[in-house]
Amino acid sequence: MTKIPGKQMVVEAFKKEGVDIVFGFPGGAIIDVYDALEKDGSIKHVLVRHEQGAAHAADGYARASGKVGVCIATSGPGATNTVTGIATAYMDSIPMVVLTGQVPTGLIGNDAFQEVDIVGITRPCTKHNYLVKDVKDLPRILKEAFYLARSGRPGPVLIDLPKDVQNARAEFKYPEKIKLRSYNPVVEPHGKQIERAFKLIERAKQPVIYAGGGVIIANAHKELTKLAEYIHAPVTMTLMGLGCFPGTSELSLGMLGMHGTYCANMAMANTDLIIAVGARFDDRVTGKIEAFAPNASIIHIDIDPTSIQKNVRVDVPIVGDCRRALKKLVKAVEADGRPPEVWKERAQPWFDQINAWKKRHPLTYKEEPGVIKPQQVIEKLYELTKGKAIITTEVGQNQMWTAQFYKFDEPRTLLTSGGLGTMGYGFPAAIGAQMAFPDKLVVDVAGDGSIQMNIQEMATAMEQRLPVKIVILNNQFLGMVRQWQELFYNKVYAATEFSVTPDFVKLAEAYGAKGFRATKPEEVDETLKKGLETEGLAIMEFAIAREEGVFPMVPAGKATTEMLLV
Amino acid sequence: MKHTLSVLVENEPGALSRITGLFSGRGFNIESLCVAPTLDKTMSHLTLVTNGDEAIIEQIIKQLNRLVDVYKVVDVSEGEFVEREMALIKVRAEDETRAEVLRMCDIFRCKVVDVSPKTYTIEVTGPESKLRAVTELLNPLGIKEITRTGTIAIQREKKTI
Repeated sequence: MTKIPGKQMVVEAFKKEGVDIVFGFPGGAIIDVYDALEKDGSIKHVLVRHEQGAAHAADGYARASGKVGVCIATSGPGATNTVTGIATAYMDSIPMVVLTGQVPTGLIGNDAFQEVDIVGITRPCTKHNYLVKDVKDLPRILKEAFYLARSGRPGPVLIDLPKDVQNARAEFKYPEKIKLRSYNPVVEPHGKQIERAFKLIERAKQPVIYAGGGVIIANAHKELTKLAEYIHAPVTMTLMGLGCFPGTSELSLGMLGMHGTYCANMAMANTDLIIAVGARFDDRVTGKIEAFAPNASIIHIDIDPTSIQKNVRVDVPIVGDCRRALKKLVKAVEADGRPPEVWKERAQPWFDQINAWKKRHPLTYKEEPGVIKPQQVIEKLYELTKGKAIITTEVGQNQMWTAQFYKFDEPRTLLTSGGLGTMGYGFPAAIGAQMAFPDKLVVDVAGDGSIQMNIQEMATAMEQRLPVKIVILNNQFLGMVRQWQELFYNKVYAATEFSVTPDFVKLAEAYGAKGFRATKPEEVDETLKKGLETEGLAIMEFAIAREEGVFPMVPAGKATTEMLLV
Repeated sequence: MKHTLSVLVENEPGALSRITGLFSGRGFNIESLCVAPTLDKTMSHLTLVTNGDEAIIEQIIKQLNRLVDVYKVVDVSEGEFVEREMALIKVRAEDETRAEVLRMCDIFRCKVVDVSPKTYTIEVTGPESKLRAVTELLNPLGIKEITRTGTIAIQREKKTI
């Protein structure tokens, strides 16, 4: 067998793993891999303007497509710039492979130029990582990296590749299959547990399905919908779970938790059975843990055993793939023989109560003459896109308003940094999503604060001719922090007001894109239409009510029934 | 509650760092940690003494298992087990205490492994409680330096990790 250099192995492995697009930024320690990529010519490379953008774009690509996202950076600062993107993907369980260049093995540890211990730095925020010291290990490591990234609970895997290893030669035998004795995630749920779960479901009078991002990752939305519709159970979703069940369904309660709907939080407080699927009882969902769902038994389906029993006591833990578990549960329900009508009739009193809650405090906002309300913009965006767009968000108020007022019916249509809460995520993620789906409408909903965190990627989007649409809800504040200051810090607006923000229309034009602005409510419609109809990259800026808040809101540490309402 | 965990882990660079990083990152305690290769050179055996209530220990075991390099985790303190630790103690041994130190060694079945005109270096092996007793009794005589291995443990009878 002929020997090939490490850089060539990288390219061959990418091809074998079905990688057709990579995001990255070159540098001295990774230049050899770039050379091999260019000479091969079959893998599309997207040149970003900052390595954080590459990591988020790979993440957005992965979330939108379900495939492994790949990004490349050089050693030192290139590598450290990807860390926020890696941590973002780690918290939300996104399959990603990050390849970083490293100084030659002989120089490692010598404080060489652009040297950093990226394997050490990313150890706690990757699923696994590797420093490749011998080119003979490289084919196996590449195979393992992709396998680890996408299997079990997915996550980012980093490979640090020293410059001399990129050029060292060895035989390239890419393993077809991989077996790691120390890594065997349980995918098949235990039959006994399914039986026990069904017994609880059968007895429950007021069940709630609590669905998280795991449902989307496992592609289990159809099974979830089937179960919910069969047993006629209401479904509430976490931020990460939005889209895993149709938001327009009468069974949907919308999002729960800190900025969840009144009816979702009330339903959780009064339910006698929580069926948790691919969710992890995060503090933003439970509020004060002692007061969370006091009367409920809990069934918890999750592929990661560490998520189960971590924050709340669980009655029936089911470790395994959400899709397989839900399939088995549906089977158990069907085998029981009662038709859906019987379940529906039985659920009627529960739904009477739920509908009363829905009616009492629906998601709403106060209109003010002459002032644009951000919720109005999102509602209109939903209407104009017919709910069919892929929406990415930044983090903060823009994210919450989107989660509340855009109704997601399909999985992988809301891409947002849920766990880490990374401002600056949305726009590069939109670039990744648009690369995955060139023909779909991709919209980033941003605030004036977060859009500036990765605004440099405008150039990337222009270069790739990506028709991404950016909606900026501009209140000249870091709105979410300002809201906390208003409510809990006596309106002391410490460091949250922007006295200078750029003219976003001119900024768009400076990059060669189109920019539109609305300052009055009656301009919202047209501005959105113009922006969405633009062929290429466009910014739509909305001067919104400066001190508008996100409601309902559960103050941090309070019970989820203690909601501040509009 | 004190728990003694036996962990089998791939003998890979960074594996130990992943484990200690997990403990510090998630706020778990490590009381002692002892690690060496097994008969199979690609695998290391690690004995880790930690404390916490049941929920914390459950999380620790699950989190350890989640690490890609960790092959197996057993809480040996759940059943019958033998634990041992070794200490090397350099103790002052001058005219008036020289005989007394040796008497202590005899009582506790310690070994003198190094002698100098003014010191004895003693090797003591046993469960942690024995080491504590020895150090408490030698301390008034003047311990100059002490170094301990940390606990190693193994399950009793047929059971293996």
